[in-house]
Amino acid sequence: MTPASEAELAEAVATAASRGTALRIRGGGTRAGLGRGPLGEVLQTSGLAGISLYEPGALTIVAGAGTPLSDIEAALLAENQRLPFEPMDHRALYRSNGSPTIGGVVAAGASGPRRIQAGACRDCLIGVRLVTGTGEVIKNGGRVMKNVTGYDLVKLLAGSHGTLGIVTEVAFKVLPAPEAAATVTVSGLGEGQAVAALTAALGAPYEVSGAVHVPGEEAVTAVRVEGFEGSVAYRAERLTEVLGAFGPAHVERDAHRVAHFWERVRDLSTLAEGEGDIWRISVRPSDGPGVVAALSHPPAVMDWGGGLVSVRTEPGTDVRSALSDIRGHATLLRAEEPTKARFGVFEPEPAPLARISAGLRRTFDPKGILNPGLMAGPGADIAA
Amino acid sequence: MEMPVPDKEILARKDKVVADLRRLIADDSVISDPFETRAYECDALTAYRCPPLAVVLPRSTAEVAKVLAYCNAEGVPVVPRGSGTSLAGGALPTADSVILGVARLTEVLETDFENRFVRVQTGRTNLSVTGAVEAEGYFYAPDPSSQLACAIAGTIAMNSGGAHCLKYGVTTNNLLGVTMVTMEGEIVEIGGAHLDPSGYDLLGLICGSEGQLGVVTEATLRILRKPEGARPVLMGFTSNEVAGACVSDIIKAGVLPVAIEFMDRPCIRACEAFAKAGYPDVEALLIVEVEGSEAEIREQLEKIVAIARTHNPVELRESASAEESAAIWKGRKSAFGAMGKINDYMCLDGTIPVSALPEVLRRIGELSTEYGLEVANVFHAGDGNMHPLILFDANKPGDLETCEQMGAEILKLCVEVGGCLTGEHGVGIEKRDLMTTQFDAPDLEIQMAVKDVFDPNWLLNPAKVFPLHVSAPRRDA
Repeated sequence: MTPASEAELAEAVATAASRGTALRIRGGGTRAGLGRGPLGEVLQTSGLAGISLYEPGALTIVAGAGTPLSDIEAALLAENQRLPFEPMDHRALYRSNGSPTIGGVVAAGASGPRRIQAGACRDCLIGVRLVTGTGEVIKNGGRVMKNVTGYDLVKLLAGSHGTLGIVTEVAFKVLPAPEAAATVTVSGLGEGQAVAALTAALGAPYEVSGAVHVPGEEAVTAVRVEGFEGSVAYRAERLTEVLGAFGPAHVERDAHRVAHFWERVRDLSTLAEGEGDIWRISVRPSDGPGVVAALSHPPAVMDWGGGLVSVRTEPGTDVRSALSDIRGHATLLRAEEPTKARFGVFEPEPAPLARISAGLRRTFDPKGILNPGLMAGPGADIAA
Repeated sequence: MEMPVPDKEILARKDKVVADLRRLIADDSVISDPFETRAYECDALTAYRCPPLAVVLPRSTAEVAKVLAYCNAEGVPVVPRGSGTSLAGGALPTADSVILGVARLTEVLETDFENRFVRVQTGRTNLSVTGAVEAEGYFYAPDPSSQLACAIAGTIAMNSGGAHCLKYGVTTNNLLGVTMVTMEGEIVEIGGAHLDPSGYDLLGLICGSEGQLGVVTEATLRILRKPEGARPVLMGFTSNEVAGACVSDIIKAGVLPVAIEFMDRPCIRACEAFAKAGYPDVEALLIVEVEGSEAEIREQLEKIVAIARTHNPVELRESASAEESAAIWKGRKSAFGAMGKINDYMCLDGTIPVSALPEVLRRIGELSTEYGLEVANVFHAGDGNMHPLILFDANKPGDLETCEQMGAEILKLCVEVGGCLTGEHGVGIEKRDLMTTQFDAPDLEIQMAVKDVFDPNWLLNPAKVFPLHVSAPRRDA
C-alpha cells in the first residue's frame, strides 16, 4: 500500500495493528538488504513526498519522508548548501535500483566520511513526525537546531530501521556547501602507520572533514579539507607537512576528482564490487589496525580516522568472535539470509541494554508489526 | 509553581531511611540534619525551595547503585543533582525525596589524545574538562555560561549548549558514552570511545532526559584540537530587523562563524553601564566571531564585513588585538551580571526560527509594555536561541507572578512561530506546565511511556518535565 498522507498512513497502520498484519516499511527500496527479512506487507512512503519548508538563512529544511534524497540535494545545492553528514548511498553495496528517500536515510542512520567533523545523521536531524505501531501520530523535536524540550526521541528514531515507528516527516540542520575542497594523500602505508598519520591530521587544528585509509597493495591514506579557497589552500599545505612525516604527500585540488574519491569511500565502492559478506565495525581509531589484523587482512576501508572499519570477508566468517577482545561493535551490512540469521545483523547488546531496547520496541510497537525481525538477534527465527 | 504533596508515609519513615542509607554507604556520605539539607533546597531557580528528606553524596558508581536500588525498593523518590546550576528547577527536591548528588565524583579517569576523548566522572565541572586537556592543545566544546560551576552530569541531563554550538554542536553531539545507573540499581554502559551504536541510539535518548531515566556517573567526551586563533567583529545597527537580516545573510553566504551574539538596546545600555566595554548606543548589536589561522580569519571577516556593509551599520569594529577582542566580549559576557545588578530577572531560552526574529522581538516589546516589566534581549542569534531577560522586583508582592505570566506568553510566542520552549536550559519545573502548548497528548504520552521502560515506578526526578496533571496517574500509581 502507498498512503497518500500521514493520516492515511496512520489509519493503515492502525488497521494492520488490529489485525496483527506485519508491515515492511519501504522508502526507495535501495537499502532493503540492510537487516533481516524482509517480511510483511509492503508499506510505501512515496506518497509522503515534498519539501514543505526550506529556509537557507536558518540552515533548516523540512520534508516528507518519501522525498527522494536527490530532490533534497538539488534544492540545497541551488542555495549552495548541503546535508552535513554525507549519507552513504547503499545501491552499489546491495546492487539495488531505485531512488533513496530522505526517510530511508533516517531509518538507516546513514552517515558518511564527514561524520567525524560535521556529525552523524542523528546529529543533523532536528525533528521528526512518525506513526507508531498502533497508528498514533507523534511529533518530536522541531525545526530549530537548539531544542531540549522533552525527551530526544529524534535520535532514538534515527537508525531504528523503522522498528519504532514510520517516520513521515523529517527536519534537518543543513550547512553551507564549501567553496573548495582538497584531498591530501600518502601512498603505501601499512595500517598502523596509516592510522598514526590520520591521527596526526585529526589532532591538528585544520578541521579535517574526511580521514580514510584503504589498505592493500596500492594502499592510500587520505584526508580532506573543505572551505573557502584561501583556507583550503592553507590547510592542504599544512596537512602536506603533517602527512609528509609518513611518506611523500600529494595534494588533489580538482573538485571533481576530490568528490569522486570521497563518494567511493562513502559508498564502500571497492568492497561492494566484490563477492562476500560485508561488515561495518566501529572501534576507537587506534584499534582499527588490530581489527584488520585479527581478520587476517581482508579487503577493507578504514574510515573515520581508523575507527570505522568496513571489511569484506568470506561468506559466513564469524567476525564478532574474531574481534571479541576489541571494544566496539560490528554490523553485518551484507550477507546471505542464513548468515544474517546465524549472527544477527546488529551487535547483540548486553542483557541490561537488550531489556531496555526490547522495552522501547514494545512501547512504540506493542504488536510488533513494524519491520518484524529486521533487527532480530542471532539465531532468532523470524518467520514465526 | 505547584509541586506534588509529599508522601506523609515517607516523611514518617525519615529516620529509618537515613539509618538504612548510612548502613549502605559511608556514614559521612549521608546528610540529614535539617540545617545541612537546606543547602540543597533549590538550584539556580531560587524562587522555589524545599529541603529534601536527605542528601547522599556517593563516592563511586557502585554506591550510586546501592542507593538507587534501595530507594526503588522502598518507594522513595530520588532527585539527581550535579552542581545545582539549573535555571529550570531540574534539581529542585520535594520534602519526601532523597537528593543524589555527584559532587564527589570528580576524577578524570582516562585521557586519550590519540583517540581524541576524555573519560570523566560526572561531578566534574564542564570547564575543568577542558582544563584537563588544554595543556595538550585540546578542548571540550560545549560551553554553557555556567561552565565554571556546572557539572558534566547536569550538562548531560539537560543537553546543555553554549555560545559556540553553531559550529561545535551541543552536549549530545559531543558525548560518546556514559556509565549510567538505572533506578533499579543496575549499572549499564552505553556507547564508549567508538562512534555511534549498532542498535538503538540509547545514548541520544539519555542525553537531555533531565535525570528521569537514570543517573549518569561517568562520561566519555569527545575533545577537539583548539583552533589556531579566533577574532570577533562588533556591528551596530539601527533596528532589530536589520540586524536579523544581517545574521541571515551571513549564514546564507556560506560563512559559519563560531558564534553570532545579538544584544538589543536595553541589554546594550545595561551592559555598558556595568562593564564600560565601549559599546555604541544603538538599537541592535551583533558580535560575530570566526576562527582559524591569521589568513583564514581575515578571509572570513572580509566576507562578513562586506555583508554587514550592505545593511548600513552605524558601527563596525574589527578587533585588531587581543585587548580589543576582550573588550568586544567584555560587555556580552557580563550581560547577566549587569542585569543582576540593576534588578531581579528571569532568563528564558526559547528558540525560534531565525527568520522570525524581528517579529518575535517586536511582540516581546509589546508584552513588555502590556505587563509593565522591562525586557532585555541577549541571545545566540545564529541558532535562534533567545535569552529574553525579564526584569522584576522579587520584593514587590505579585511581581514574580506577573513576570512568570509574561515569560509564559513569550514562550508560547516562540512555539507559535515554529520554535520551542527551551533551547538549552531544559524544562525542569519552570516550563513543565507549558509543555502542552508545544506537544499534543500523544507526544507526551509516548515520552512518559519511555520513562516507564527505565523507571517503572516513576521515582526518578518524577515531578519534572511533564505537567503534573499529565504525569499524576503514573506518579500516583
